[in-house]
Amino acid sequence: MRGPVTYAVKYALAGAATAIAIAASPLAAQDMVIANATVVTGDGSEPIENGVVVVKNGKVVSAGAPTSSTFETDQVIDANGAFVTPGLFAAITTLGIWDVGAVSESNDSRAGGSPFSASLDAAAAVNPDNQHIKINRAAGITRAATTTIPSGSIFGGQGAIIDLGADGQPITKARAFQTVVLGEYGASRAGGSRASTYTLFRASLREAQALAGARGTPQTTEITKGDDVMLGRFDAEALVPVVRGQQKLFVAVERASDIRNALGLKREFSRLDMVLVGASEGWMVAGEIAAAGVPVLADGLDDLPAAFEELAATQSNIGRMKKAGVTVAINAASMENSRRLSQYAGNLVALTKVPGADGLSWGQAFATISSIPAKITGMGGQVGVLAPGAKADVVLWDGDPLELGTVPTKVFIDGIEQPLDNHQSRLRDRYRDLDESDLPKAYDW
Amino acid sequence: MRHFLSTGTQTAALAALASALILSACTTTGSAVAQDTGTDDDDVPQFAAKTESDGPYPSTYKAYPGTPTALVGATVFDGAGNKIENGTVLFRDGEVVAVGGSDLSTDGYTVIDGTGKFVTPGIIDIHSHLGDYPSPGVQAHNDGNEATSPTTPDVWAEHSVWPQDPGFSRALANGGITSLQILPGSANLMGGRSVTLKNVPARTVQGMKFPGAPYGFKMACGENPKRVYGGRGRKPSTRMGNFAVNRQTWYAAIDYANKAPDSRSRDLAKETLAGVLAGDILVHNHCYRADEMALVMDMAKEVGYKVTAFHHAVEAYKIGDLLRDNGVCSAIWADWYGFKMEAYDGIQENAAFLQREGACVVIHSDNANDIQRLNQEASKARKAGLRAGIDISEATAIQWITLNAAKAMGIDDVTGSLEAGKMADVVLWNGDPLSIYSRPEKVWVDGALLFDAKDRKRRPVSDFELGQPGEGDVK
Repeated sequence: MRGPVTYAVKYALAGAATAIAIAASPLAAQDMVIANATVVTGDGSEPIENGVVVVKNGKVVSAGAPTSSTFETDQVIDANGAFVTPGLFAAITTLGIWDVGAVSESNDSRAGGSPFSASLDAAAAVNPDNQHIKINRAAGITRAATTTIPSGSIFGGQGAIIDLGADGQPITKARAFQTVVLGEYGASRAGGSRASTYTLFRASLREAQALAGARGTPQTTEITKGDDVMLGRFDAEALVPVVRGQQKLFVAVERASDIRNALGLKREFSRLDMVLVGASEGWMVAGEIAAAGVPVLADGLDDLPAAFEELAATQSNIGRMKKAGVTVAINAASMENSRRLSQYAGNLVALTKVPGADGLSWGQAFATISSIPAKITGMGGQVGVLAPGAKADVVLWDGDPLELGTVPTKVFIDGIEQPLDNHQSRLRDRYRDLDESDLPKAYDW
Repeated sequence: MRHFLSTGTQTAALAALASALILSACTTTGSAVAQDTGTDDDDVPQFAAKTESDGPYPSTYKAYPGTPTALVGATVFDGAGNKIENGTVLFRDGEVVAVGGSDLSTDGYTVIDGTGKFVTPGIIDIHSHLGDYPSPGVQAHNDGNEATSPTTPDVWAEHSVWPQDPGFSRALANGGITSLQILPGSANLMGGRSVTLKNVPARTVQGMKFPGAPYGFKMACGENPKRVYGGRGRKPSTRMGNFAVNRQTWYAAIDYANKAPDSRSRDLAKETLAGVLAGDILVHNHCYRADEMALVMDMAKEVGYKVTAFHHAVEAYKIGDLLRDNGVCSAIWADWYGFKMEAYDGIQENAAFLQREGACVVIHSDNANDIQRLNQEASKARKAGLRAGIDISEATAIQWITLNAAKAMGIDDVTGSLEAGKMADVVLWNGDPLSIYSRPEKVWVDGALLFDAKDRKRRPVSDFELGQPGEGDVK
């Protein structure tokens, strides 16, 4: 405890002040007060000590320093000084659409043999009971942007925003964004050259534009019979909301010149709601990215010339782009697995102590894995932040959430407390010892 | 490392082997030039190469000059499991002179104030592919898997290492890596010899080779070999095929080794295997599943060799007792899992559960990014243990990435811990190396300052990076 609780929240029911009694069904939304917390709102500000988070009807009512408002609840959690944050937001991922990476039968992340590309809909492949969803949930990740990966084409299909809750209803927003790969990988998908990538991209978007018609409704007759049609009907239709700026377009690029070209496409197709993904050389053209108002999901710690398109990669990339005014988050796809999000953010803080490097403050770093990726994926203000009206995705931690080995003690999604067990926690519990003196391990469950 | 060879159940197997396998010391010497013997004796070869025992491709590494240095006031993790608050570390002429408290005299040393900072031995990565899968990762650089036969004991990783791989410098500057083992990949059951390097930039791989380090031998079980070769319609295509090919290859090697040296032709593959059987070459076996590791340990007993370490070993926690009794280390990640079937049961408590059983733990990277953060991986593994109720000291976690790695690489008599007489491979961290917020500030290799965060020119830049975007940048 850090002294007396000074906020003016009234508890309606006698006995509630004994706190922490979350006795209700774990799958019911609870109105609650989390008191005496080190509150992180996720908006880039620094942690607030002795803070309070108030949740009602699955939404955040307030979060931050105590106020004089009153709130009636029988659910009070005394955080005892612990960090309380919005759930982490992982963008972009393939969460929920594969069980084992190398087991193709279980892996829906690539559809290279499909006749479809842009029209693929990741939402149909998401399995909310998937172990990676459970494991990432236990790491404090409550929402994710998940998508199929471009494989048969430069277009990856339509990604979804999902929650990692245990309710069997994972889709927060289906068809939230389209993905296209430029650069080296895009060239390989387009026939072997960047020159082809851009031609294919333009041709595809023009087809979609024609299909959209002047009035914005699909008008296939506007594509004359003489045109070379690159896309199948479904793929072209899927790109209609992209050219109209109604669906975000995630553009995977690394090289500075490719980034410039991508920004140029935005000038050509003025309504594109573009997001850069990867952008290892983004720091070299940070001013141009900022001027274009295009946000970035950047590979957090890449610092190797892993390819010719990443020669200038540096861990200072995000810090420098931030300094230039770019809206930038950490790309969850840039790490071994997305539960490393907090580790990557912490490393950006570490850079502030390295001469010549550019890092982020603690609050800014936390925002790169919470409010900013949410904003970039179109969920700004709704998730990844503890602010009035936001979905009550709330995590209590056993320490500094950016420090190594810190884990959640409680995870709420939409105000509902979540189970944190999974295949790994069960294995851990079984192998706490190797004692088989009475029965084989198979009976220990 | 030798002490592992005489522990536990391995002793009997080795004794049996000794009678069956007579490995005489190689006595043939010569050079790759025509020998004019001046006689008519047909038995004298006209040409002869140096034998394997002469150590071809020898290390040409020489320590760079350094300043006698006293690190004072820092928290010291000595790598051997000890922690010294307000410690002093003295080194000169490339060697550690003394490690102790604040009472150590620093006369004659340049004193560096480490107040608020931490000192560890140079970090050691037992599993790296730097140089044999270098950056940029283009097809032309894929030199890590001689995937043309399931058994290639004849290939040596050092013949693939590109010393200009920029990854070496990142490992030094961000990870404090001073020694590392470069292994062939895991496509093959027997992938070839590894090479241990000092993380010192050099024009040649010989200029990086760790003087006197024993060779390692890379083996792989499980999915990779059977997938690679089964996919080509050849043996092995199953796990039982993996074992069959391994065993037959070992028996052929024993036959070879039992022949008198002058009655056999040079056979590079069997020379490597004979070196393993003799205990001169240390086996590093890529293996994920517990049941499979248990089988491999029995194969080693059957044939008469020793597994020094299982690498990856994501299920090692299920057989910590077996691994302890067999004296086999587990070189593991902190949190990799799920990317392939045999990695499905990976848990973050792996290291801690092994430590609980008294088995040997090494944290490895197998990755050009993670090698820059082995300290962070060790910290995660330790914290998972603490949460599971296993008390693991910070000093022990540091030992996982220093002395334990050195032991399993056979170089612990000269590096891996801060002890008088050992190589002055030292990292000064700007904070607790087990914290996310800390980075190396200075790194010395054999007493030479090779990285200094405060001196932008004291940072290696490979030939590849010269004149390129980002040259010399803080990476």
